Amino acid sequence: MIRIEHINKKFRRLQALDDISANFDKGQVISLIGPNGSGKTTLIKSILGMVKPDGGKIFVKDQPVNGDPAYRKDIGYMPQIGRYPDNMKVGQLFEMMKKIRNVTEKEIDNNLVLQFNIPAIYEKPMRTLSGGTRQKVSAALAFLFNPAILILDEPTAGLDPLSSEILKDKIISEKKKNKLILITSHVLSDLEELTTHIMYLQEGKMQFLKDLGTLQEETGEIKLSKAIAKVMRGYETDNKWIDQIFLAEKKDERIY
Amino acid sequence: MLKLSRYVLYDILRNKIVIAYTLFLFIVSFSMFRMEENSSKAILSLLNIVLIVLPLISLIFTTIHYYNSYEFIELMLSQPLSRTRILLSEFGGVCISLLSAFWIGVGVPVLLFSADDTGFALLFTGTALTIVFTSIAFLASVRSKDKARGIGFALLLWFYFALIYDGLVLLILFAFSDYPMEKFTLLLSALNPIDLGRIFIMLKMDISALMGYTGALYKDFFGSGKGVLFTTVIMLLWAAIPLWLAVKSFRKKDM
Repeated sequence: MIRIEHINKKFRRLQALDDISANFDKGQVISLIGPNGSGKTTLIKSILGMVKPDGGKIFVKDQPVNGDPAYRKDIGYMPQIGRYPDNMKVGQLFEMMKKIRNVTEKEIDNNLVLQFNIPAIYEKPMRTLSGGTRQKVSAALAFLFNPAILILDEPTAGLDPLSSEILKDKIISEKKKNKLILITSHVLSDLEELTTHIMYLQEGKMQFLKDLGTLQEETGEIKLSKAIAKVMRGYETDNKWIDQIFLAEKKDERIY
Repeated sequence: MLKLSRYVLYDILRNKIVIAYTLFLFIVSFSMFRMEENSSKAILSLLNIVLIVLPLISLIFTTIHYYNSYEFIELMLSQPLSRTRILLSEFGGVCISLLSAFWIGVGVPVLLFSADDTGFALLFTGTALTIVFTSIAFLASVRSKDKARGIGFALLLWFYFALIYDGLVLLILFAFSDYPMEKFTLLLSALNPIDLGRIFIMLKMDISALMGYTGALYKDFFGSGKGVLFTTVIMLLWAAIPLWLAVKSFRKKDM
């Protein structure tokens, strides 16, 4: 469904993406992982056409990304930080999105809107919402049009445990509908139950793209974080990042 | 396109600055007409406001609005909408709100007190200047990623068009005062929309008789249908070219 061919992107001196090629198909849940600044968000933004690569091509459902913007109607995008016009009310935002897409009520997937109880805040202006509530709005918008491709940038960051669970269940149910889902996250334990493939980026380079089974087999580890750690030690690159992940997970355990 | 502009408008119309701007224009125009016995004198005072304040507010408001709606633009970019359409909708929304402020604030008093040739010339100039400077501001803000730089650049442009340009023209006229410069000054006026607007209105008033030979030549040119056409075309170019350049660089921009 998404084909990436040798894309490159440079921001001044920083090589954000370095000759990345990949192929994503329906039914897959791809986890994009890597340290901060490794190019995950740039890759996502390139797929959405928000960042224009210096070289290479991206195709979504065989349509080139830099041409007709109509291909984006198949994509639901949840940004890392959802920011919306200050004075716009939540209800207006939803109304506007529906008008842009020109869809009938039947095609709309209201599931998350209802589960997050968003109709209760329809009259509130966007600027009064907390960060977590904004995340909920972003998530509900991404799933609203029942798109064939979902791109979720740090979906669970900032959500409370209950909402985070609701979102994860939703992702699993969409995965069963044979959709392509791209997720970036630093919380590997969140990805564990969802992912089918792992794509590891570092300093703009793709280190590997493997399915979970192969990864577990090669490393002999069942737990995702340990498996990745083992692979990364093999690559002998930024081990510190992996250690930080372990620390973070231990902290998590302490809290709950 | 109007679908999107409508939501841009919703957002702007709740903005207190636009309301304050409308009230300011209305109070100033109303009191000018009240204080001056002669309505053409009032128009002359209003002219200075239109020529100085309108470009300034259009530039600053548009630039700030652009940077404040950066998020909104990002959101639109993830939707199946083309970049050209997104930017033109933004432009439409800002233009309509600034124009309605001008029409309510200046248009209504002018129509009430001085609905003649000069009055309409003033409204025409104000409308044209609002569109032109909104378009220039879009170019300045699309080109610079940093908010402070964008606003600074817009201010600099205002200084240039409202103040520095006149000084430069005077300098040239003094330096070459031995040569016939009438046609040349006509050309110079076309290179600054504010000057063009000033001349266009002045020549509709009686005071143009005081301007000597150049004034007579101007009157001959701008008084005719040719002059109106010339002004309209130049103003259109001033609005279209910066907007076109802004769209062009917006299409290539990384968000």
